[in-house]
Amino acid sequence: MSALLEVDGISVSFDGFRAINNLSFSIGPAELRAVIGPNGAGKTTFMDIVTGKTRPDKGDVTWGTPPKSLLRLNEAQIAREGIGRKFQRPTVFEDQTVAENLTMALKASRNPFAVLGWRPSRASAARVAELASEVGLAAQVARKAGELSHGQKQWLEIGMLLASAPRLLLVDEPAAGMTLAEREQTTALLVRLAETRAVVVVEHDMDFVRRLNCKVTVLHQGAVLAEGSLDHVTRNPDVIDVYLGR
Amino acid sequence: MIRPLIVLLAALCLAAPATANPALEAVIADNLDQIEKPSRRSVEPLVAQIAATGPEGLALLSAWTNRALGVTEDGRLLIVDSDSATDAATGAAVPDADPRMLRPNSGVRGVIDSALVAGEISSPDPARRAAALASIARDGTADHLAALRAAAPEADPALAAQRARVTSLLAIRFDPDPAARVRAIEGMAGDVGLDFRAALNPLLATARVAAPAEPQANIARELTVGEADFPREAAIALLTSQGVLQPRLTPADQRNALAAHIVDGAVAGIPVADLSDQAARDRAYEALEAAGAVPPAATDAEADAAIKAYRFFETYAEPNSAVTDAARAAQVRAQVRLAAMTGIDLGLDALSLASIYFLAAIGLAITFGVMRVINMAHGEFIMMGAYTGYAVQTLIADRTLSLVVALPLAFAVTFGAGVALYRLVIRHLARRPLETLLATFGVSIALQQLAKNIFGTQARPLTAPAWLEGAITVNDVISISSIRVAIFVLALLFLGLFLFIMKRTRLGLEVRAVTQNPGMAASMGINPDRIAMMTFGLGSGIAGIAGVAIGLFAQVTSELGQQYIVQSFMTVVVGGVGTIWGTLAGAGLIGGLSKVIEFLNPANTLAAQTFMILFIIIFIQFRPRGIIPQRGRAAEA
Amino acid sequence: MTPQPFILRNPSILVVLAVLAVFTVAVTLLSQAYGSGVIPTSTVKVLGKTLCLALAAIAMDLVWGYLGILSLGQMAFFALGGYLIGQWLMYARTETIVAASLAQNPIPPTPAELQEGVANQIFGVVGSADLPLVWSSAHSLPLQLLLVVAVPGLLALVFGWLAFRSRVNGVYLSILTQAMTLALALWLFQNDSGFRGNNGLSGLQNIPGLEAVDQARLSVWFLWGSALALALAYVLAAWLVSGKFGSVVGAIRDDETRVRFLGYPVEGFKLVVFTLAAMITAIAGALYYPQAGIINPAELMPIASIYLAVWVAIGGRGRLYGAIIGAVVVSLLSSWFTGGRAPAVHLPGYTINWVDWWQVALGIGFVLVTLFAPKGIAGVVDRIGPPRSPSPEHHAKEAKA
Repeated sequence: MSALLEVDGISVSFDGFRAINNLSFSIGPAELRAVIGPNGAGKTTFMDIVTGKTRPDKGDVTWGTPPKSLLRLNEAQIAREGIGRKFQRPTVFEDQTVAENLTMALKASRNPFAVLGWRPSRASAARVAELASEVGLAAQVARKAGELSHGQKQWLEIGMLLASAPRLLLVDEPAAGMTLAEREQTTALLVRLAETRAVVVVEHDMDFVRRLNCKVTVLHQGAVLAEGSLDHVTRNPDVIDVYLGR
Repeated sequence: MIRPLIVLLAALCLAAPATANPALEAVIADNLDQIEKPSRRSVEPLVAQIAATGPEGLALLSAWTNRALGVTEDGRLLIVDSDSATDAATGAAVPDADPRMLRPNSGVRGVIDSALVAGEISSPDPARRAAALASIARDGTADHLAALRAAAPEADPALAAQRARVTSLLAIRFDPDPAARVRAIEGMAGDVGLDFRAALNPLLATARVAAPAEPQANIARELTVGEADFPREAAIALLTSQGVLQPRLTPADQRNALAAHIVDGAVAGIPVADLSDQAARDRAYEALEAAGAVPPAATDAEADAAIKAYRFFETYAEPNSAVTDAARAAQVRAQVRLAAMTGIDLGLDALSLASIYFLAAIGLAITFGVMRVINMAHGEFIMMGAYTGYAVQTLIADRTLSLVVALPLAFAVTFGAGVALYRLVIRHLARRPLETLLATFGVSIALQQLAKNIFGTQARPLTAPAWLEGAITVNDVISISSIRVAIFVLALLFLGLFLFIMKRTRLGLEVRAVTQNPGMAASMGINPDRIAMMTFGLGSGIAGIAGVAIGLFAQVTSELGQQYIVQSFMTVVVGGVGTIWGTLAGAGLIGGLSKVIEFLNPANTLAAQTFMILFIIIFIQFRPRGIIPQRGRAAEA
Repeated sequence: MTPQPFILRNPSILVVLAVLAVFTVAVTLLSQAYGSGVIPTSTVKVLGKTLCLALAAIAMDLVWGYLGILSLGQMAFFALGGYLIGQWLMYARTETIVAASLAQNPIPPTPAELQEGVANQIFGVVGSADLPLVWSSAHSLPLQLLLVVAVPGLLALVFGWLAFRSRVNGVYLSILTQAMTLALALWLFQNDSGFRGNNGLSGLQNIPGLEAVDQARLSVWFLWGSALALALAYVLAAWLVSGKFGSVVGAIRDDETRVRFLGYPVEGFKLVVFTLAAMITAIAGALYYPQAGIINPAELMPIASIYLAVWVAIGGRGRLYGAIIGAVVVSLLSSWFTGGRAPAVHLPGYTINWVDWWQVALGIGFVLVTLFAPKGIAGVVDRIGPPRSPSPEHHAKEAKA
């Protein structure tokens, strides 16, 4: 199984602070992976680099087969390559309706002129309805996103990610601020999604990670500290030291 | 040319008390013949003799050369002023005199003049020696050169240096020996004085000539037709002026000539209607020329042939090539040094402009750095400061005192205005920078009109105290006006004050905390609202002081602020927000750049400003966060 | 999407078009040339110019209200449009005059002589007698009309590409657009810019080839033209902001980073809207200045662009009809108050003369609108008027601002 995303020896520093230090990481085409680590371990910076928001000082990020470098692409191009990102804070377009939010995210040409000529079709309307019910917002399609609850916004954002049909999904703390029931729903969804694509979940919450039941990568000070099953890494003395020690 | 000198000397001599001079009387008596009919060749010893008799002798000589000397029937010499006459030897007034005026020729007068100057430059009075030197420096002649060289050594070192300089300058112009002239030029090479450059210029003056072969002259260079400073038209004009080529026909002349020869609706057989074409007109004219109806005119072909047959040269008026070579070398050296000094002068100008921008922008930078809002009314605060200065000046007559009162008062007034603006408008628009920009713009137009209503539309003067007038001059090239030095000092003061407030006071600490992380600062008991208000007041107060400073050299009008606001924005944006050093760097870059562009394009300051703004727009492309960007995650927000 | 549902989904379009049509017909019927003569020609011109300003305000609203870029450079495009049409107006008219005077001469003029005469006539005032290169297409109306949209469009494209590419936004971008305008204004102020320095272009109210038509009729024709352009631009802008494109543009205004992560080339969208708005503004300028008769560089000093923003803000941004309301109301009020016809207010001890105090009132009023009615007049209309849209989805679209 060749890797879908290969991060090779990247480093980046902000004003002398090394946020990422010679980090290597790889994930297959249909895999669920949890990335954990204490605050400042470089989790968010790692996602910023993969999605093109931050440029690494050295190292390379390659994608797909045949592998091509992502470093020369901007955020939008990387997104069009099929890398979706869900932010920690739900970011949906609050002034627009759920349907409009989903329509914008639908897989279609992103060229301004193509967008200008885009017409809603029976198929696109059906797809929006399908997505809305998939994330449990069928009754809210016509409401403005700003009127939704926090959890609903999280779901809408996931729905938007699904709409663009990414091959790699980067999810930043999906469980934050969710009720228990919503968490369970989220877990199930992520596991199901990972059957057909790669999913990377960045999370603090160990319970949530345990429920995902997948390979875990532990980041510390911008580098990989340990990798393996959750049980495996929690037995690692270094990890224990980082999480509990000092 | 030498009249003023003589008049001056005459005035000096006549000022002397009129006393009898027996030696002079004797000389006059012995040589009356020669005085009446002097000859260029033999007059010299006589003049020396007269000069040696003292001030009265010199007075006589100056009157002689001024053609103010007359001889009476009984052989006395009288110095005739416009309406009175005095005896040259005794100094006694002679009423009702009717002397025969002496009219020495120019050769004789040259001898007398040299003697007079020689007398003056050897005068025991240093002031008279200095005056004589200055006079020679203005209108020197070859005779002066000889006199200067013959004169006794100068004791006063300053005068000695000046005399050496004047002698060299005269030698460059008048010395008959080319080697001596070259020596003089080389001795002064590198000097940037205007007088030296003026002495070189005539040596290097050139004239253009067209000749079939290289002429016998001191040739500066051969010209090629078509090069930038010698286009084809110039060659044709030169050939025409030398009579080689007949004058070319202007289109208007041609049209008039054709119009004069219309016969039955045609000119030389070509119908008039066809003459809207230049080629047809040329054909018609040639036909008329062939028929002898119009004067011949040079055609393009003739012009080309003449250009081909001739060579074009630039020749020096000065025949000696050694002299011109030395002069050229000296001129190049002078230009190089001149360029360096112009650079220094430009640097000073740029520095003073930068300090103005710094003063104008620093308040803007503070408010933008802390609150991320652009205060469009900042320019109007500058204007308010300037009007405060003006108002104080109408109440307090003493300029120095009024300035001393105006500076803190302007600070207080604009501080209050800033705090009011903050409390009434800006705090209600927190985190909406574009709305703030527009709301403060509303304030800006209201304030501008208000100022117009109160102070009228005409410019109000804000006069600097006497000790700030004038300029500090280093040499012909480098000088800077005192006001600008004062503004530079003021800018330095504010830089220091600002650094002190930010680094050493509680307020500064709190301001820095709020800038970096407002939420955290608030949770530590700092009231961000109060800090924002204080910084806003501080920034506005500095704008007021900048207004007083700007008012001292610019006209105070209601539009004063508008002239500086865009540059201030540029300064902040280019420098990078959040640090005082950024503002300083921005002000330096913009000030320096404007001066450099202005220097490169002196005739067109508008174009210079355009280029500067374009440069800034391009600059922002490469450093969107300015020269000194704010760093860390705060900058990402 | 067929036109019918598009118009139906935006009932405000029909209202605006109807109002515009009624207005145009009414003015025509009251004009001196085609009706009772109640409205003098000068007023017809003011109304025609106001329609052009409303057109510019629509473009401003697209850029600011919908895309979120507070462009302080719109008047640069407006004036460029005016200058480019002015070139033809002035050249063609001068050419007629010069040709007439050269016809006195027995020999017919050559093209070079004709051009020289025109150049002398136009540029004598700035001490030049050569036709600058930028005037080389001034003789041709089609070419100049093409340039009216092409030059401002190209300027917007280049400027926008530079600015958006390096992610300059917010206040920085506003200042940069202001700088662009100032640079252009200063350039035009020079005598050797080729645009007659601060004299500007004049006599633009005389349309070459239409010498026989008097100003009374011309003014009505221009009113029709301006109304037509406004109507077309309104429909175009409404169409632009209604569909998915409008959603993306609104999303860029609210959170451009997020839009990037959806895969949309944000810079491309900004460029399309910015350039299109520049072209619309230029057309507005090209219609405005023949009615004004004169254009000079003072017209594009940065303050003029800020006024445009003020109108849109007062009218209500993010709403196309808001932009029209703002431009019409504020510009007409401004010309009424500053025209000296507003009655002075007599207070004990002081008389408020509106010529002097209008600016103060406008400034304060503007601050008040920003503080208390951020949605402008249109926002107030929304609050008191009944909801126009039948379904909540449409209402949501209307209310976004």
